[in-house]
Amino acid sequence: MQKVHRMPVQNQFMTSYMETKGGKMMPILSYIQAVTQAMKEEMERDEKVFVLGEDVGVRGGVFRATEGLYEQFGESRVIDTPLAESAIAGVGIGAAMYGMRPVAEMQFADFILPAVNQIISEAAKMRYRSNNDWTCPITIRAPYGGGVHGALYHSQSIEAIFANQPGLKIVMPSSPYDVKGLLKAAIRDEDPVLFLEHKRAYRSIKEEVPDTDYTLPIGKADIKREGSDITIITYGLCVQWAIQAAEKLASEGIDVHILDLRTIYPLDQEAIKQAASKTGKVLLITEDNKEGSIIGEVAAIISEHCLFDLDAPVKRLAGPDVPAMPYAPPLEKEFMINQDKIEAAIRDLAEF
Amino acid sequence: MSENKHQKLGLSNQDLIEMYRVMLLARRIDERMWLLNRSGKIPFVVSCQGQEALQVAASFALNRSEDYVAPYYRDVGVVLSFGMTAKELMLQAFAKAEDPNSGGRQMPGHFGQKKNRMLSGSSPVTTQVPHAVGIALAAKMENKSIVSFVTLGEGSSNQGDFHEGLNFAAVQKLPVITMVENNKYAISVPLEKQVACEKISDRAIGYGMPGITVDGNDPLAVYEAVKQAADRARNGEGPSLIEAVSYRLTPHSSDDDDRSYRKREEVEQAKEKDGFHTFAAYLREQNILTDEKLEQMEQEIKEEINEATDYAESAPYASPESIYDFVYGN
Repeated sequence: MQKVHRMPVQNQFMTSYMETKGGKMMPILSYIQAVTQAMKEEMERDEKVFVLGEDVGVRGGVFRATEGLYEQFGESRVIDTPLAESAIAGVGIGAAMYGMRPVAEMQFADFILPAVNQIISEAAKMRYRSNNDWTCPITIRAPYGGGVHGALYHSQSIEAIFANQPGLKIVMPSSPYDVKGLLKAAIRDEDPVLFLEHKRAYRSIKEEVPDTDYTLPIGKADIKREGSDITIITYGLCVQWAIQAAEKLASEGIDVHILDLRTIYPLDQEAIKQAASKTGKVLLITEDNKEGSIIGEVAAIISEHCLFDLDAPVKRLAGPDVPAMPYAPPLEKEFMINQDKIEAAIRDLAEF
Repeated sequence: MSENKHQKLGLSNQDLIEMYRVMLLARRIDERMWLLNRSGKIPFVVSCQGQEALQVAASFALNRSEDYVAPYYRDVGVVLSFGMTAKELMLQAFAKAEDPNSGGRQMPGHFGQKKNRMLSGSSPVTTQVPHAVGIALAAKMENKSIVSFVTLGEGSSNQGDFHEGLNFAAVQKLPVITMVENNKYAISVPLEKQVACEKISDRAIGYGMPGITVDGNDPLAVYEAVKQAADRARNGEGPSLIEAVSYRLTPHSSDDDDRSYRKREEVEQAKEKDGFHTFAAYLREQNILTDEKLEQMEQEIKEEINEATDYAESAPYASPESIYDFVYGN
């Protein structure tokens, strides 16, 4: 994948920062470095923040997301847990109930399934079922997504499983800047947040990230590119493919508007309505299997609210409805979203 | 007079009277709830009968003003010991807004009360075990001398969260006491169809922690086991597994009919061994409990329960609009 060094500055937070800094160069961080920096800063800020998960300690995580944290904060705050996902979530939940701010790592999103009961039956319902007596401010991080030769069980998008559980928030950032601000917001959030990081973005996406303390609002979508012809609504790594496709098509006179959902549960309905109504032609993109994915919910919001603003049927571009992404390169490529598929979908819509 | 067993455990006569009073309160509340259920006033009861004695004894072995508990749905004896009141339990039974457990959102038996350090529980069994471990982890990180006490039924000891939680606690040497209340039945399925091991406490060996099985009908034995486990926990010696064996004297819940899976004679025999009665007998032998004292306690408890029932019955439900409250904090 072509490296994106910095996205077009459409982001109000970024803009204000650059203004205050008078254009001074900011450090370039990869997506995973932004993950690490957010945790490091939060652990420095609040001693109740701690990390637990498999291989997160001495090894610094299999992807190195917790690199350096063990050395800085010690084994009591960077805990190598037994290999048992339900306990990683469940022990984290108990610690959160006590008043700590656990950041639990699932080594791969694919392996979160043994912890589903803890996340859905326990974390998501804690505040509600106790009538606001108990709360569960846990952050659960998990790398999701394909394109890394991870095959069926190291490539999945699992967000739809969790995306109809009121009480839970699901954040899926698209860029290093967003990662840092959203992960810090997740750790400070009073409720459980599932924070899904695209593993292919970890080292392939880099941009300028302020070394200062900032958070980004959970529950708000973000316009990544202003445009007037076609609206793309997507999230995670697909935002990057969409930006590349949009820049290429701009030279052909197709002006693409890109809304990055950032939080995929609960959805920012106002931003979705505005983005859809703005151009009247909507392309929804997810790397997840198409049927039952969260873009189906986005389509439902648009169909409920924006019918008379639409100039074409809402179009969905998604992974195929096969169980998961195969290992062999041509099969993996067939499954994955890429810039070419997005370009083709935009052209289809433009010609409608 | 029989041998004085309680003094060497550090328990005074007054302690025993207090323990018995809570057992009696638990039993009488439970009985009242069945009456209320059968007369159509409350939709559901899940019972503590047969387990009050061990629940209260275990609780009294803990620091009830500092330790945390993650109770399971039969633990009326535990929650009363940790500060929940008869009135609060009745508010829960009637699903009223003032119910401190959930404001009428959850079924009865789903306890939780933060001010008394009682973790909120759900219906999928055994999920509370990792939570109790998390409490202990946090307490250890903060250098607090807190014990985290979690209970469950013997059937629940087959769940993955039991295994994952106990293993985690043992590896991290956390101050967790897991007490399996073995009442011989998981709804209709008897112990021998749940586990093939001789004792649930045998499982402790696999986790590298002490495991002990005690007669749950002997409250002093339960007290001793939990006290020793709590001392070990506070000394940094890690978690313990305790199995307290008693019997479930009622059907699983008000919606169950246990005549379809167990003989009446079996239940009647179990009633004779019920710790609630054997403890009373011990107190009488020790001249701690007299007919007069018992009569007085019964009367006070009856009044307490009457008041609690009347209050809860006439208390308001939460407003329909409140269904939207507390999904998120912000």
